[in-house]
Amino acid sequence: MSSAKNINITLKIWRQKNANAKGGIETYKLDNVSTASSFLEMLDQLNEQLVNERKEPVAFDHDCREGICGMCSLYINGRSHGPETGTTTCQLHMRKFKDGDTIYIEPWRSKAFPVIKDLVVDRTSFDRIQQAGGFVSVNTSGNTIDANSIPVPKDDADKAFMAAACIGCGACVASCKNGSAMLFVGAKVSQYALLPQGKVEATQRVLNMVRQMDEEGFGNCTNTGACEIECPKGISLENIARMNREYLKASII
Amino acid sequence: MKLDSKIPEGPLAKKWTDYKDHLKLVAPNNRPKIDIIVVGTGLAGASAAASLGEMGYNVKAFCFQDSPRRAHSIAAQGGINAAKNYQNDGDSIYRLFYDTIKGGDYRAREANVHRLAEVSGNIIDQCVAQGVPFAREYGGMLDNRSFGGVQVQRTFYAAGQTGQQLLLGAYSSLSRQIGLGRVKMYNRHEMLDLVKVDGKARGIIARNLITGELERHSAHAVVIASGGYGNVYFLSTNAMGSNVTASWKVHKQGAAFANPCYVQIHPTCIPVHGTNQSKLTLMSESLRNSGRIWVPKKKEDAEAIRAGKLKPTQIAEEDRDYYLERRYPAFGNLVPRDVASRAAKERCDDGYGVEANDTNEGVYLDFSSEIKSKGKEVAYAQGNHDPSDEEIIKLGKQWIEEKYGNLFEMYEKITDENPYETPMKIYPAVHYTMGGVWVDYNLQSSIPGCFVAGEANFSDHGANRLGASALMQGLADGYFVLPYTVSNYLADEIRTGKISTDATEFAEAEKNVKDSIDKFLNNDGTKSVDYFHKKLGLVMWNKVGMARNEKGLKEAIEEIGQIREDFYRDVYVPGSSDELNPELEKALRVADFLELGQLMAMDALQRNESCGGHFRDEYQDAEGETLRDDENMSFVGAWEYKGQDTTKAVLHKEDLKYEFIKIAARNYK
Ligand SMILES: Cc1cc2nc3c(=O)[nH]c(=O)nc-3n(C[C@H](O)[C@H](O)[C@H](O)COP(=O)(O)OP(=O)(O)OC[C@H]3O[C@@H](n4cnc5c(N)ncnc54)[C@H](O)[C@@H]3O)c2cc1C
Ligand code: SF4
Ligand code: FES
Repeated sequence: MSSAKNINITLKIWRQKNANAKGGIETYKLDNVSTASSFLEMLDQLNEQLVNERKEPVAFDHDCREGICGMCSLYINGRSHGPETGTTTCQLHMRKFKDGDTIYIEPWRSKAFPVIKDLVVDRTSFDRIQQAGGFVSVNTSGNTIDANSIPVPKDDADKAFMAAACIGCGACVASCKNGSAMLFVGAKVSQYALLPQGKVEATQRVLNMVRQMDEEGFGNCTNTGACEIECPKGISLENIARMNREYLKASII
Repeated sequence: MKLDSKIPEGPLAKKWTDYKDHLKLVAPNNRPKIDIIVVGTGLAGASAAASLGEMGYNVKAFCFQDSPRRAHSIAAQGGINAAKNYQNDGDSIYRLFYDTIKGGDYRAREANVHRLAEVSGNIIDQCVAQGVPFAREYGGMLDNRSFGGVQVQRTFYAAGQTGQQLLLGAYSSLSRQIGLGRVKMYNRHEMLDLVKVDGKARGIIARNLITGELERHSAHAVVIASGGYGNVYFLSTNAMGSNVTASWKVHKQGAAFANPCYVQIHPTCIPVHGTNQSKLTLMSESLRNSGRIWVPKKKEDAEAIRAGKLKPTQIAEEDRDYYLERRYPAFGNLVPRDVASRAAKERCDDGYGVEANDTNEGVYLDFSSEIKSKGKEVAYAQGNHDPSDEEIIKLGKQWIEEKYGNLFEMYEKITDENPYETPMKIYPAVHYTMGGVWVDYNLQSSIPGCFVAGEANFSDHGANRLGASALMQGLADGYFVLPYTVSNYLADEIRTGKISTDATEFAEAEKNVKDSIDKFLNNDGTKSVDYFHKKLGLVMWNKVGMARNEKGLKEAIEEIGQIREDFYRDVYVPGSSDELNPELEKALRVADFLELGQLMAMDALQRNESCGGHFRDEYQDAEGETLRDDENMSFVGAWEYKGQDTTKAVLHKEDLKYEFIKIAARNYK
């Protein structure tokens, strides 16, 4: 039997009108939150309450609410995606909180992720990194060779898949004291480096992606490992090591 | 309005090849003179934008998320079909074609479906070349699995994240074109109207969701790939932002909207937990291979379970009603989605539901039998021929964990119940919409120059899409159909020259959009947008849901009309138009859902038969199975817009002719 009950909470939320405005923390009381609801459903409830009081609801990013699109974000009590490991904000449930709790909710802060409004930040820097080289240069004609003509060892395919499972959420950047995007970029570089299809351009790819990463203002990796801990998809630090190896190889050539 | 499907002559298997050979082309040096707009960057839109960009056209692509990679396609779990016959189990283009037509209950277009089957193999080749990490066997070859109701293994997959990997593949191709400057990407932009000049699609009005600015974008052709409309029910497995606005705006501008009543309801979702719920979560269909579905035989037991006085594990075997096994001995728990969904509803409607909330809607998906039988098998395989009960259960749970571990974890995260110890609770939910903008064989809508792809069009799935075919269709449309058919259209446009956005048509469309935004923001209402969306959703689910009847549909048409009136009178939309304003975004989308919802009920009312996902109480046989009327209802129902009151919409019929296969009844007994 599920043991859903209702709790009352206090929310301390970062409100910021737009990118140029000065932001600040506002306090809200929210009663009767079902512990069966998700964190974002709790925010929906708050917004419904604000609309009914004719106040402006809190803007936050979300879409799939299934832990796969990477759109949701939020620092919850100072941690990217909240208290549970391996969990996106949309998959976090209110049963993880207690009656009477005060919860701090803030946008992800990083130079490369400027705030757009309230809790919404701009993560398009990730797109630009991908545009710089995160692909295999193959035309979409369908006239490629038969898919089975290049066997891929299962182990490599599985590893490539595990790297490719990154949802591009940016929690790694948000939780890194240097604001480094190495886990994200490492995951992408690894996926292609592990597959024969991606090998041909491996050198150019890693050089271009790393160059763009630097241009976007992301910090450098000092191996603190916070990214791996906060990553909701379990992307491993191994990918950063693999990227570094690829980068070194590319720089030597 | 005349519906000309433009299906080419000739034998089915050669239609597409012959047709392609005779389509007009645009020479490479002329392509940079031509602009194309693509709305949506899911599988259909991203693949189309990447392909058209690569050909050398100027492409502008739009999506409302912050990145094309986040389109709803990312959420698809199960897999994608292709007739590769890698497993040597007799698969072929014809078989994939036949299964898809039959799965659609003979309400899809034969020529389109055959083309889909034909290009399916290329899709896999293309994706692998792009670096999509599909599951592999130890020999390094691609792995396949089978999916609901087919006898061959033709489904390619990447763990439970196939949609994600396919979309990231298309996104990488799109990113390459953006990097090369051939595609200009507009994130956080929403198309709010189509602009027609001299009857042709010539551009769109889009709203920059960050600044609120209305923008005019012109083009020689517009491709709509904006996904499905399942969120008309408020609760569905679709992403929260999925909506019908782009398709609906095209419809309002004169494109027919076809088969709106065809909605696929997926039987294995996590039931609703309460009134604040925003979204439903799908549990993969593969669970039905191992789980047995049941409800208590006695109503008292069901009541006691709901009251928390009894646990499902306390119900004796003989007091459980394994209703699918009882009713459909041949297929049992593996009957098609529509059959399984309706059977669950029927039990819950009769008072046997087990969910402890005001709906009572939930049935059990129980793995205990499988845990026992697999546990025993594993013990025997390990040479232990006299295992204790505990040993059996331990091994059985291990077996289940290897196969479904991640799904069990996800279930526990959401419900806080451990499905290894107690049966899962499931209930059907809205999942996929087969209706959409009417298109001809070229995927062109009834507006010249306006093409529609992926879930947003209607053409390939008929009344009951099978699993693993929507992903296939999205990529087929974008990679392999549109590049040819759009070029054919554009061949006559090379002399048109740049299209000015100063034309009065653009000014008018922009003004209309601005007026409707202002109307919402100045409305002196009292209720939130969600309030109305939830109300609409409830009517849709109860009266235009899994089973429909004349009386309910007529009521729904009335009630939706009333909700729409109340909405315009009493909705309150805070904030202003020149900023990020999610409430305003929702209001504009719900306005369109309120028109579409009513049309769905109208369409269901005119379809006097039961077929696939569309079940009318009045049309069932003695055993409660769907009763199709091939004689009178073998047509596509395409509606013409006649104003906000959709009861005035006019129905046009495109007859479906099956030249190459024989129509047969569906029977899963
Ligand atoms: C949970 C789940 C699991 C599924 N599993 C499978 C499966 O295993 N196999 C399978 O074959 N199918 C599956 N499906 C179905 C399949 O995922 C979808 O049918 C398919 O992905 C739709 O792709 P699309 O490109 O047509 O649209 P979408 O992916 O929905 O993309 C729509 C795009 O349009 C944009 N957009 C919409 N409106 C506007 C506007 N007004 N202005 C600008 N942009 C706009 C959005 O931003 C987005 O980019 C599943 C569906 C769900 C919900
Ligand atoms: S590496 Fe992890 S935390 Fe970083 S973007 Fe990818 S999924 Fe998110
Ligand atoms: S909303 Fe998609 S990952 Fe959270």
